[in-house]
Amino acid sequence: MPPSASQVAVHAEALVKTYGSTRALDGVDLEIRSGTVLGLLGPNGAGKTTTVRILTTLLKPDSGRAFVAGHDVLADPAAVRRSIGLSGQYAAVDENLTGYENLYMVGRLYGMSRSDSGARARALLDRFRLKDAAERPAKTYSGGMRRRLDLAGALVAEPTVVVLDEPTTGLDPRGRLDTWEVIGELVADGATVLLTTQYLEEADQLADNILVIDHGKVIAGGTPDQLKNGVGGERIEVVVGEAGEVEKARQILFSLGSGEPTVDDHQRRVSVKVDTGPKALVEALRRLDQEGISILDVALHRPTLDDVFLSLTGHAAEEAVEPEPKGRKSKKGAS
Amino acid sequence: MSVITAGARDSSVVTWRNLMNVRRQPDLLLGATVQPIMFVLLFAFVFGGSIGDNPDAYREFLMGGIFAQTVAFNSAYTTLGMAADLEKGVIDRFRSLPMSRGAVLFGRTTADLAVSALGLLVMSICGLLVGWRIRGSFLDAVLAYAILLLFSFAMSWVGAFVGMASGNVQVAQSAGFIWMFPLTFVSSAFVSANAMPGPLKVIANWNPVTAVADAVRDLFGNPRPGILQATSDSWPAQHSVLWSIVSCLAILAIFAPIAVAKYRKVASK
Repeated sequence: MPPSASQVAVHAEALVKTYGSTRALDGVDLEIRSGTVLGLLGPNGAGKTTTVRILTTLLKPDSGRAFVAGHDVLADPAAVRRSIGLSGQYAAVDENLTGYENLYMVGRLYGMSRSDSGARARALLDRFRLKDAAERPAKTYSGGMRRRLDLAGALVAEPTVVVLDEPTTGLDPRGRLDTWEVIGELVADGATVLLTTQYLEEADQLADNILVIDHGKVIAGGTPDQLKNGVGGERIEVVVGEAGEVEKARQILFSLGSGEPTVDDHQRRVSVKVDTGPKALVEALRRLDQEGISILDVALHRPTLDDVFLSLTGHAAEEAVEPEPKGRKSKKGAS
Repeated sequence: MSVITAGARDSSVVTWRNLMNVRRQPDLLLGATVQPIMFVLLFAFVFGGSIGDNPDAYREFLMGGIFAQTVAFNSAYTTLGMAADLEKGVIDRFRSLPMSRGAVLFGRTTADLAVSALGLLVMSICGLLVGWRIRGSFLDAVLAYAILLLFSFAMSWVGAFVGMASGNVQVAQSAGFIWMFPLTFVSSAFVSANAMPGPLKVIANWNPVTAVADAVRDLFGNPRPGILQATSDSWPAQHSVLWSIVSCLAILAIFAPIAVAKYRKVASK
């Protein structure tokens, strides 16, 4: 039997789903403790959305079982629906309804009374900074506002478990930050959240635990720190001033590091895993300087989830180009 | 709360939502109102002089057919509406809510029925302008409109199923409309089924569009021009009112359950 619902909000065992000859899910187990955020991380087509659809009763697994808030998704889907709030990949707001009407409608469909639905809609619009736009049709909203409205829709019935399926896909950086802030508040309030994302930074920022999934299988799990430590070691990253200096920098870093440096010719960036941390950095700087190589940027950082992903799957996560490397860099430096 | 009242409440919420959509985006009504006007004018004045020997009589005969055709097209609007909801992820959200399973479909078909009623009103006015009249009793006229609305509602459930099977708006654009043309033209809507070759004639005789068109002509008391006399002695032609009601109920009995079953499994993308 599943552990009691008071500690474990979501519990899934050996979920399998096939489409023709494709095994979209090939035996996925997962568990989310109450009040924590699980980030389900993986490239497009890894099986994230299929997992979400099974846990939210939209799809039946071929085999395996799952419990959400103590209810069996197969035996008692209606009880599961009463306990969850889903915000999907695309903001499923009705464009012709106002923000208020959208939330009011969801409240009514959860079975709330007219007055409760109205009050709840007002409170959520307030909380999601949509009060001024409450009476405008949602088609006039920006992408970030729509997402916020969609998130608010998932919270109307104060669900035990909130499921956010790629909540920032397709948003511009401003909208993404906006959405993160809202999810951050949600988490601070103690909600249990299942979050799927292909953005490593998003999982890093928001999730207590991360499950990395690829080709329908869980390939790693743990806290962001555990995953990063699992990759081991720190990395030195150098950006040189001229294209001709890249190869020389690569040779220097190769001699200091443990392993083959990775080179990005376009950005003139060379990085390598090192075992001795700051000492290796000092040595690298000395030798680069000796060779007269112009250095634009240099950093020593712990592995990022990008590195974790790369080492686990052998390929980078889908969105390697975003968010902007610059923002990520400064965060790495701080960690 | 009982299942029935919960279902009725959920359906009325969805109906409200769909009607708000029409109100805020009135161009959604164009198809339901402009198209029938166009057909009345086209058939009345382009074909009117060539079919039969009396253009005025043909125009009056025509109205029953255009009424039937227009409400049949209601199914295409339902198809498009369902496909759009599916594509936008609205159906996913509805399906993740603890609402009754038929409510999204019932709310959609009810709202489309209201739009269809508006279309009938516009068309009736247009018909009056080209010489159509209600010559039967008041109660017969009420029954005629009731049959038209029942047919519209039944076709809407077919459309809901087609919309979910299409999966996206682009497919729904063709899937929703393409079968409308044989359905409405292989009938007595515009011509006499008797002039058609054997097998087509059988289909036309049993086609609900024929039954609805003939039934409302009879109930409105619209005479048939000589060449378009219903000389068919087939059972449906002799019992057009009964057969139109029975066939509508049969369509509902088949398509309402399979549409709900489809809804329970339907996936966006």
